[in-house]
Amino acid sequence: MRAGQSRSIRIGYTAFSMAVIGFIVLPLIFIVWMSFYSNKILSFPPEGYTLDWYRRAWALSDFRNGFFLSLRTSLIATVVALCLGLPASFALVRGRFWGRETVSTVLMSPMVVPGIVGGSALFVFFLEVEFLTGWRVAGTSLGLIVAHSLIALPWMIRLVTTSLISVNPSIEEAARSLGAAPLTVFFRITLPVIKPGLIAGSLFAFINSFIDLEKSIFLVGPDSTTLQIALINYLEWNFDSTIGAVATVQIALITVLLLITDRYAKLSRAF
Amino acid sequence: MPDVVLQDVAKHYGPAVAVANMSLRIGDGELVALLGPSGCGKTTTLRMIGGFVETTSGCITVGGRDVTALPPNRRNMGFVFQNYALFPHMTVAQNVAFGLEMRGVNRSDTDRKVREALVRVRLAQYADRLPRQLSGGQQQRVALARALVIEPDVLLLDEPLSNLDASLRQEMKIEIRQLQQSLGLTTIFVTHDQDEAMSTADRMVLMYNGKVEQVGPPDEVYGAPRSVFAAGFLGIPNLLPGQMLPGQQGFRLEAGPVLRLSGQAAVAGRCFLALRPEVISIHAAPPSDAENCLAGRVEIMTYHGSAVEYQLRTDIGLTLTARAVAPGLGGPALLPEGSRAWLSWPATAGVTVSEN
Ligand SMILES: Nc1ncnc2c1ncn2[C@@H]1O[C@H](COP(=O)(O)OP(=O)(O)OP(=O)(O)O)[C@@H](O)[C@H]1O
Ligand SMILES: [Mg+2]
Repeated sequence: MRAGQSRSIRIGYTAFSMAVIGFIVLPLIFIVWMSFYSNKILSFPPEGYTLDWYRRAWALSDFRNGFFLSLRTSLIATVVALCLGLPASFALVRGRFWGRETVSTVLMSPMVVPGIVGGSALFVFFLEVEFLTGWRVAGTSLGLIVAHSLIALPWMIRLVTTSLISVNPSIEEAARSLGAAPLTVFFRITLPVIKPGLIAGSLFAFINSFIDLEKSIFLVGPDSTTLQIALINYLEWNFDSTIGAVATVQIALITVLLLITDRYAKLSRAF
Repeated sequence: MPDVVLQDVAKHYGPAVAVANMSLRIGDGELVALLGPSGCGKTTTLRMIGGFVETTSGCITVGGRDVTALPPNRRNMGFVFQNYALFPHMTVAQNVAFGLEMRGVNRSDTDRKVREALVRVRLAQYADRLPRQLSGGQQQRVALARALVIEPDVLLLDEPLSNLDASLRQEMKIEIRQLQQSLGLTTIFVTHDQDEAMSTADRMVLMYNGKVEQVGPPDEVYGAPRSVFAAGFLGIPNLLPGQMLPGQQGFRLEAGPVLRLSGQAAVAGRCFLALRPEVISIHAAPPSDAENCLAGRVEIMTYHGSAVEYQLRTDIGLTLTARAVAPGLGGPALLPEGSRAWLSWPATAGVTVSEN
């Protein structure tokens, strides 16, 4: 009776997990599949298969430049988030100062404020800065990098603080008692122990910056669009498998990143 | 090996006093156990010696060298933590080598010393494992090897056995004692377990509320607790309030009767007579030749196999605990709960302890 019950619960649970995975994975499979259709206009069923859409995506300068702009912006934003997020995480986890909770909430807020709201707020802010100082930020790569750093930072902080909290403080004291000065303890003990958190934080910071559309849409210049904006622009006048090809390349990129990361730092341990 | 001297060492957290003016000398090669109930300041004291907690006042010297202001990395002390605190990203050998590396010991000497240290704690075959692949006892032995390999001036251990199961604890206790003896290490050992302290230490320091209650060799402290707290902590349930009569021949109980004493230390004013349950005999009829005798009724009888423990409510209102040898082993017949009984003990039994 009991065994039967737990068996049916297990079957139900497995079915539910499969359904969830199916919901997530099926659309991805369809995107990859349709990127090979030879239909001139995206439709079902496929009339044949071709690699032309990949050639076309690469040939279009909007996509090619968008890809490299996105790549560069996201990389810089990740580095910025790392440089700010690591010390911030230490302060948040180890520090005992007034208003710590507030600082934490503010730093995490870009994650919960809708991108459109955050993006327009930044845009207005940049205009004010320009008005007051004559210094142009909106539409420049600096403005874009600032926005993307804001996207990346909370991911970095969330994952780094999580791994920092789980560090047993005694191991740092043990290192001290064995003769290590504070900086040595940091580089030889603390940093290696939180490495999975740092790697996972960088990865998620990078990905979330790379796939951002809403914040960037306010901040790109006329001839410097990120990949996601190039996609939206393209969709306005075209409906063919080029977008499938571009999406497939992104899926592949992110998958490879996840696999590489998982090899060097077990991602499941970072959460 | 140098000695460790604490002079009026105190630690305050705001208005709270964790350790109050503590003075103590731990001799060269001596193993001292800091013993006391939770929150009495044992860990704080040990961490001040190790340099992890700043002293509020006072001074700590090691072999005559003042270390009070030195950071932990310049004190040359081995510290063993309750939760082992092994570096999770390093192998056993790398853990043990860390301290040597910090001291700039060359490669071949490091390898040799690490190997020797691991042999000493019987873990040579585990050199390339990661800490999480070891059992608790093995991890604690790595921690010990790591602390010993740097040839510290002082070894500090904070409840090193409390995460281990009973049989392993017994084994580790002996192992730590043997290592300490063979290396002649000045060692300070924190525990809240009196058996652990008594069976390992040369001297015990009994602490209470941030203060030293009593210091001495285990047999001395156990045999002659000096305060109500010490007596209670060392497991003496019978504390009879009263006052000593002039000449130390008698003890007037607050409940009325005068007890006969012989050889107990003089204590002025209100004090307590502490009686271990083992020194009290229990009888089903009034004994004829007892120096001290109280009558009462058995409230609780607990059978322990080799012994039987009786809790009696005496006619004068005191509750006393007596421990008798089990009937099968030559002790008196069992007395059921509710039955009338007489307790007796010799005049030389028990110690007088001051109120605080
Ligand atoms: N960082 C701190 N801030 C404030 N009070 C503290 C701090 N550390 C310790 N205390 C207080 O100091 C007292 C002594 O603490 P300590 O840790 O030395 O006790 P202990 O004897 O080791 O107890 P246990 O057996 O539970 O480990 C306690 O009352 C504790 O609450
Ligand atoms: Mg403690």
